[in-house]
Amino acid sequence: MVSEVHNNPAAILRVERLSMKFGGLIAINDLNFEAKRGAITALIGPNGAGKTTVFNCITGFYKPTEGMLTMTRQNGEEYLLERMADFVITKKAKVARTFQNIRLFSGLTVLENLLVAQHNPLMLSSGFTVLGLLGFPTYKKAAADAIEKARFWLEKINLVDRADDPAGDLPYGAQRRLEIARAMCTDPELLCLDEPAAGLNARESAELNKLLLDIRDETGTSILLIEHDMSVVMEISDHVVVLEYGTKISDGTPESVKNDPKVIAAYLGVEDEEVVELIEQAEAAGVDDITAAVDLLSTEALHEIEEAHPEMAPTALIPATGTPKAKRARTAVAGAPAAKTAPGKSRGAPTPARTPVKPTGATKAGVISNALPEPRGGKADKLILIQGIGPVNERKLNEHGIFHFDQIAAWKKADIIAAEIYLDFDGRIAREDWIGQAKRLAREGRTPAPRKTGGAK
Amino acid sequence: MADTQKTGRESVFAKAVKEGLLAAALALGLFSLIVGFRTDQNIRNELVLNQRWGLLAIFVLVAGVGRFLLTAYITPWNVARNKNKRAAVEREQSTFRKSFPKIGLGLLLTYPFLVILILTAYNGSIMGGLQGSLKYVDNFGIQILIYVMLAWGLNIVVGLAGLLDLGYVAFYAVGAYSYALLSTHFGLSFWLLLPMAGIFAALWGIMLGFPVLRLRGDYLAIVTLAFGEIIRLVLINWTVVTKGTFGISGIAKATLFGIPFTPGPTGFAALLGLPNSGVYYKIFLYYLILFLALLTAWVTIRLRRMPIGRAWEALREDEIACRSLGINTTTTKLTAFATGAMFGGFAGSFFAARQGFVSPESFVFLESAIILAIVVLGGMGSLVGIAIAAAVMIGGTELLRELEFLKRIFGNDFTPELYRMLLFGLAMIVVMVWKPRGFVGNREPSAFLHKRKMVSSEFTKEGHG
Repeated sequence: MVSEVHNNPAAILRVERLSMKFGGLIAINDLNFEAKRGAITALIGPNGAGKTTVFNCITGFYKPTEGMLTMTRQNGEEYLLERMADFVITKKAKVARTFQNIRLFSGLTVLENLLVAQHNPLMLSSGFTVLGLLGFPTYKKAAADAIEKARFWLEKINLVDRADDPAGDLPYGAQRRLEIARAMCTDPELLCLDEPAAGLNARESAELNKLLLDIRDETGTSILLIEHDMSVVMEISDHVVVLEYGTKISDGTPESVKNDPKVIAAYLGVEDEEVVELIEQAEAAGVDDITAAVDLLSTEALHEIEEAHPEMAPTALIPATGTPKAKRARTAVAGAPAAKTAPGKSRGAPTPARTPVKPTGATKAGVISNALPEPRGGKADKLILIQGIGPVNERKLNEHGIFHFDQIAAWKKADIIAAEIYLDFDGRIAREDWIGQAKRLAREGRTPAPRKTGGAK
Repeated sequence: MADTQKTGRESVFAKAVKEGLLAAALALGLFSLIVGFRTDQNIRNELVLNQRWGLLAIFVLVAGVGRFLLTAYITPWNVARNKNKRAAVEREQSTFRKSFPKIGLGLLLTYPFLVILILTAYNGSIMGGLQGSLKYVDNFGIQILIYVMLAWGLNIVVGLAGLLDLGYVAFYAVGAYSYALLSTHFGLSFWLLLPMAGIFAALWGIMLGFPVLRLRGDYLAIVTLAFGEIIRLVLINWTVVTKGTFGISGIAKATLFGIPFTPGPTGFAALLGLPNSGVYYKIFLYYLILFLALLTAWVTIRLRRMPIGRAWEALREDEIACRSLGINTTTTKLTAFATGAMFGGFAGSFFAARQGFVSPESFVFLESAIILAIVVLGGMGSLVGIAIAAAVMIGGTELLRELEFLKRIFGNDFTPELYRMLLFGLAMIVVMVWKPRGFVGNREPSAFLHKRKMVSSEFTKEGHG
């Protein structure tokens, strides 16, 4: 792998055996990949996969624990980024970056933001300020050129009219574009974008795609991008690298990555071995030593996958939903998409319209004794008022016919075990005394309580 | 239409009467025991109760009538004025603001002559005018301008680069002692030592800058504060060189390119055939410090349009973003420290030449605090605002010495200048409530594409050190 990377002259950036440890936490573990010159490389993965850490290592904000980052410039010069200070990387190795949370100079005008980005060439032409202070013409000309360059990029991002407004006054989408333009004003050869489409609406996202393609085609700048918005990733990237828990799990064209079962599993936030197992079991269909409850759960899990990512078509991989498949498929699958991909980040993927799966007669027995087909009076209690139940668990409980505090209050030992199986908890229900809490809440009756907001981050 | 107006007017009036009566009743309740009665001791040491109904009536009347006037007239008038004039006022202000620096500059350039002219007319003789102007040129003009210059110098560090420096007075001290020591020991002239003092101070700025650059915010402030104190303690304790708390006296005065301001035949007055007076030296010093202050302003204005100035301001806004754009934040911070310190050094050497005496007592932490307060009050980064703040704060405290009539009110043992720090604090509170970002909070952009628009203070940051 390493030698293969090494021999490729088309790579602008080679990441070899990169590891980053924060104390005991391994954020990146032995990562190898390369970004091709003149291409858009996307770095994707679930939250906490270490994508931003990779960026911070590339741009020098972190010093990697191990590994080599080789940047090859167009003129053939090679830079070992792990040995350079952050600002030198931008200055010499020509790597520019943007930030996940926008970091514009909000008190400077839009134009000034772009001029600050041209600091180094302007510094030279002003003779390190001395000549400029004395009014030498070289600086005057350079300053005029810098403004022209800024104007060029302002036209590109449609912000010429707002050039003299403070950057902090711009709407969010414009700030994102300005940050990209500012990075481009440093004349980079590799542009690293950390979630450029975060917080953009569909139209702005499409504009961003166009801008990025323009940058690649017109300036020849290679782009490395972290993105959660699949519409951006799949549409514009030439090459996709998928990370999970700091390791690369897939690498290839958008098409091949899209259909990689490991990626599907990772992106939905399931542990690999489970889904691999699930798939194997499905393919070997017929083996059946599982309870009805688990059967229901795995069916649901597949529904969830299907709803969340129709383009990935997991049913194609797993034929005949409804037949027993998994030995030990825990309901982590069912709750995973909502739980692991935070709202706002999964915006690109169509959010599934959740219709609670009502337990059928066949499965009812295996689940909870006092499940109801629907809430009494059509209105469910706010189960999240119980400490330990978040919105996700509330939904899961609802899907299994638990709508009211008194239902939880009346749980017996077997019910708790059943509930723990599909909530993927062990002993937590007893530990957090859900039953006691539910009893109290049921006693307090219908007195309205303040809504708990903590769970719905 | 007229009807509704009338009823509206009447209802306001009725409301005002009601509120006035209520206020009067409240005042009566509050003050009847506090003001209405007073216990005194008579000659036999007996406690006697004096009744002061007249005074109480005044209190109650003031409260009631005041409230009535406020509700009936002042509030409606204020509302109407704000409604009608908002647009017009803004336009007027902007034209006034535009020409303000020019007016101010003109006033500064002619200030000594205006003072002499006015005092001559007042006293009826030129000599009287000259002697009388001493106080105004020296105590007001020079004193204020020194602080204007110091605050403009500190503005580069705090206002532009956003590095909170609580030890700025250290550089002032370095400048002052550089001039004092080198001129007394080696007899070097003021004009040679002025730039040298600036360079020494800048070197000290770099020396301070190196270790503290890693620190931000509060930590930076504490370390700079400590640095200021270290310099002062060294000046006190290194008695062999600095003569400790006795200070250095007999420092050579500045000359006008070799022409001394002495009463002898080679002096300035004799050469120009003018009557002998100490005021020429003061006027010379006034123009010298005015020139130095304007140099500071000019350099600051020029630097803001240079890449380094923009980098300073970008550093104030977001240091990490700066580094991501290839800006070496270490050297950028160092240049800010050094440039600010250099102007502090210039001001220090001027100070030594003006006083003829320096001692560590002139460079206590309070001075740093006052300079920083001026920068904050004026509006960080704004030269005009800072100049106004310096004039108000320093001029105001000087003015307190002049207010003899206060003695008539508070008694003969009242010394108003002792209360200047109190008033300083009060003024700061008032200004910070009224204008949280200082007199001039808006920022002028360093470059523009279509039109120069001021950047509102709500977008600019103060920096994190």
